[in-house]
Amino acid sequence: MNSLYLLHNHGQSAMNHSVSGINPQLLLGFFFIFLLVAYITAVIITNQRYKKWPIFRAVCWTIGMVVALVAVVGPLANSAHSNFTAHMLSHLLLSMVAPIFMAVAKPVTLTLRTANTTFARKLTSILKSRLLQFVSHPITAAILNVGGLWLLYTTNLFVLMHENALFAFFVHLHFFIAGYVFTISIIYFDPVYHQYSYRFRATVLIIAIAGHDILSKYMYANPPAGISQQEAEMGSMVMYYAGDWIEVALIIIFCWQWYKSTKPRKSIRDGFNSEQPFAVEGK
Amino acid sequence: MYMKNNNEIGVSSRNMWSGILFGIGLIAFIDETVFHQLLRWHHFYDKSTTDIGLISDGIFHAFSWFATIAGLFLFADLRRRNGLIFQRWLGGVLLGIGVFQLYDGIIQHKWMRIHQIRYVDNVIVYDIVWNVGALIILLIGIYLLLRTSKNSTLNEKNANE
Repeated sequence: MNSLYLLHNHGQSAMNHSVSGINPQLLLGFFFIFLLVAYITAVIITNQRYKKWPIFRAVCWTIGMVVALVAVVGPLANSAHSNFTAHMLSHLLLSMVAPIFMAVAKPVTLTLRTANTTFARKLTSILKSRLLQFVSHPITAAILNVGGLWLLYTTNLFVLMHENALFAFFVHLHFFIAGYVFTISIIYFDPVYHQYSYRFRATVLIIAIAGHDILSKYMYANPPAGISQQEAEMGSMVMYYAGDWIEVALIIIFCWQWYKSTKPRKSIRDGFNSEQPFAVEGK
Repeated sequence: MYMKNNNEIGVSSRNMWSGILFGIGLIAFIDETVFHQLLRWHHFYDKSTTDIGLISDGIFHAFSWFATIAGLFLFADLRRRNGLIFQRWLGGVLLGIGVFQLYDGIIQHKWMRIHQIRYVDNVIVYDIVWNVGALIILLIGIYLLLRTSKNSTLNEKNANE
């Protein structure tokens, strides 16, 4: 009981950050709950018309939404206001873990399956539009994502985020969307209207991860405004090492997609032995 | 991701590159586990690191994760295609390890001063052991690669069947 009270009390103090009655944190929470309900509803409706939507994808979407919720409402989100390590964990969950689960769940495919023809056509043309092509280009997405982090942690924006609840809301929304767009610019599950080569995406992915690693070590030595040296050291190590594992998951999915795409019809040795016109150089 | 042509030169270099990538990733992983986490000789960040050192460290860290995983998937692809030349792959691994260790030991530790091997007085002894060890591994790797490059092992394998 006592610990519950403390938790509640702490939550109260965190709530005081909000202005004019509406808690922006809660708004984000409702946003994710809405997305979860909408996805499940779409699955149930379309399952009556088409073949069954894989349960696996619905589970992934649910996990993604729960992870995002944990990052924006509840104890972790509340202590993120005063505790830099908690802030880091919430950032990792919101803009790295949740997007991977969401990408696997193929929300665009599900939407197209749910929508009527007119709406589906409209959606497709929006997805094909110049603006979205630009935003979802791997380089743009990486800059919006990692560049945004640099901007937040090395300037006074970080102080502003703690003072202004509306701005904090915007920051969270930005990192969630930027994280998702970056993820789907690297790994392809939903339809992609302009695909980039594996080599190109691999290069962008490595540079983006490096940008993340460099920032975490930079913060280790140069704490963001208002963060003590000790907190910064702890937080940046969480960002570095916990971030690693999420990045590894992303790399594995990426390589696995390459591995599937390059599946050979014959083994090389079969090729040599058969009459197939193989270009054997240097023989 | 790499060469689409299935000719023997493609296979031969893919064996090498798969090995090199995996070697770099493996040694970076060992470096992180043994020297940073277990022995705690290396520091996460010592304040003498230069800016370029920070950037180099970040890129290498990111690349090494990618290299480990991509190297293993390339390895699996070679197996699947029945194109694995194990000695050549191993040569690549040793080359990757040697190059990484030399880069880490000379450029990152000494020139960029990311961190030292160990924070003791006679660090030069550690440096010598580290770099000579790296050089030996590198030379064995090159030897294996040269030995498997001339008459493609894959050809011999085919001839024997």
